[in-house]
Amino acid sequence: MMSTTPVLEVRNLVKHFPITSRGVLFSKEVGVVHAVDGVSFSVNKGETFGLVGESGCGKTTTARSIMYLDAPTSGEILFEGTEISSVFKSKDKEAILHLRQKIQYVFQNPYASLDPRMTVADIIMEPLVIHGHIPKDKWHDRLYELLQLVGLEEYHAERYPHEFSGGQRQRICIARALAVEPDLLIADEPVASLDVSVRAQILNLMRELQQKFKITYLYISHDLSTVRHICHRVAVMYLGKFVEIAETDDLFERPLHPYTQALLSSIPIPDPDAKTKRIMLPGEVPSPINPPLGCRFEPRCIFNKNHVCVHDAPGLVDVGGGHFVACGGLPRR
Amino acid sequence: MAKELLEIEDLKTYFYTWAGVVKAVDGVSLTVKEGETLGLVGESGSGKSVTALSILQIVPRPGKILGGKILYNGENLLEKDENEMLKIRGKEIGYIFQDPATSLNPVFTIASQLVEVIRRHQNVTKEEALAKAVELFKLVEIPDPEVKIWNYPHQLSGGMKQRMAIARALSCQPNLLLADEPTTALDVTIQAQILDLLKNLKQKLGMAMILITHDMGVVAGVADRITVLYAGRVCESASTRDIFYNPLHPYTRALLEAVPSLALKRDKLRVIPGAIPNLIEPPTGCRFHPRCEYAKGGVCTLEVPSLEELEPNHYVACARARELDKRSPLRNER
Repeated sequence: MMSTTPVLEVRNLVKHFPITSRGVLFSKEVGVVHAVDGVSFSVNKGETFGLVGESGCGKTTTARSIMYLDAPTSGEILFEGTEISSVFKSKDKEAILHLRQKIQYVFQNPYASLDPRMTVADIIMEPLVIHGHIPKDKWHDRLYELLQLVGLEEYHAERYPHEFSGGQRQRICIARALAVEPDLLIADEPVASLDVSVRAQILNLMRELQQKFKITYLYISHDLSTVRHICHRVAVMYLGKFVEIAETDDLFERPLHPYTQALLSSIPIPDPDAKTKRIMLPGEVPSPINPPLGCRFEPRCIFNKNHVCVHDAPGLVDVGGGHFVACGGLPRR
Repeated sequence: MAKELLEIEDLKTYFYTWAGVVKAVDGVSLTVKEGETLGLVGESGSGKSVTALSILQIVPRPGKILGGKILYNGENLLEKDENEMLKIRGKEIGYIFQDPATSLNPVFTIASQLVEVIRRHQNVTKEEALAKAVELFKLVEIPDPEVKIWNYPHQLSGGMKQRMAIARALSCQPNLLLADEPTTALDVTIQAQILDLLKNLKQKLGMAMILITHDMGVVAGVADRITVLYAGRVCESASTRDIFYNPLHPYTRALLEAVPSLALKRDKLRVIPGAIPNLIEPPTGCRFHPRCEYAKGGVCTLEVPSLEELEPNHYVACARARELDKRSPLRNER
């Protein structure tokens, strides 16, 4: 059983990026990219929370805001009860370092996120040097322990990133993130750049590590089949807003939001006999610079729309069993 | 029975790099019949794209086609000179590249890129070519074709760019379309649109297609037959149903099991140990043997397995395929 203390709580997170145009003396703001627009969720300890959506929907921006790599425009992010922005704004180095230790990040592309001039030993030990939470004479023991944990050999320590395959590089990234014993690991599309036969290895490794250390994962992906495999709860994002949050099985078996339904139906199933009614969405995702006024999905929605959909942005409504949906047309169906 | 449109026999394409000779395609054989869709499946580095590039002889340097035959309508394309190939590329055989953002020229309007292809192969005036281009845009279901055709590629979204690339590939009604991962760069909902479009167009125009992909889900819905490649060689070649329900090669089976299934939540995924081999010094014998759970010393490690017809129209390159348990991982689930 999982305990239900939230490790991470996000309340009404907003992140806008200004678009500026250079004037004669001053640059002026000509528009705003509404990357994330009022997102709220909480992640419990030991849970894997999935963030799903198509490119440009704001998944990565949400994660970067949680890490304070991009300062959020507004909203609150509570990590184990502490408000993150206030810590970073306070410039209290120790508190910031503590937060950085507790929240770690695995990036999408292991070819770009490892310094090519550092050996694996340097890469994995760098967080130990920065955080200094274990004495210097223990660093090498910790290094070998980590290598073993992620399924690498001791002799790999002296090698450079270019000598490894994509899957092995992602193992190095995971070892680096785990070096400081984080409570929350944000994994941003960790298997998207890997080959199919190697993806399973990394997904299984992530599950094993979670069982061993009770780490909480925030798993970001556009690939619903890996999400189904690894996540406990899933939030579906569309153009900067959540459209649906539910337990994984519930979401896949009983999707309620028309966008989730369309998304699930458009995944190609590796079975020639599979009979799926594919819901074709007309058009494409609107620009986040000028998002639709009401429901963001309204221009592509295939359900009976009413005037509410056009003018009012629907909020997330609890439909029971921890299943939340943001759809104005829902009560009528 | 439809006749063979394209037959590749024992194709070898090597890349001569400083580090050594990369045997990217090492004895690939496949056939495509008229009006048929062949799915060419494999992971990165399996040689699927190089096979397609070899058909049109546009393999980038330092790649070289060393041997084999590529018979198109009975004529060996490898014996043709550059001038003759120019008449085939784009006219007889169309090509859609993986990333529409890089396969379109950013400094020309879409109209001029389409007109260029049409006028290169057909004897028409500029105005006629333009009218044809608008027709093609209607065919690939781009809204307001008369307006959109004057756009530059950057003004279109990814899905629209891929539609435009499809329009360009189809502009001279090719008999064979090579689609190299046409949906990999796109989002799932857009991927569904493009796959549907390709399926409809293929039926409407009656052309044959080679669909290159690493996604078993994509080929399951589109292909008539599938050829599975691994490390530059063919593992298995059979009808789509046979590949999914009666896979005989251990690699095909492992590939099917390693894909996380949407329908079923499994606790642990089957893992294929190790990684794809280095093609400068590929493993001896069967190239899959270091990762294969059924590999046997001697038979698998030393002898290169030949592609044999184990069942009617079902070709497998595995020395031990006859002895193995024949259950499909898909059947087990049900």
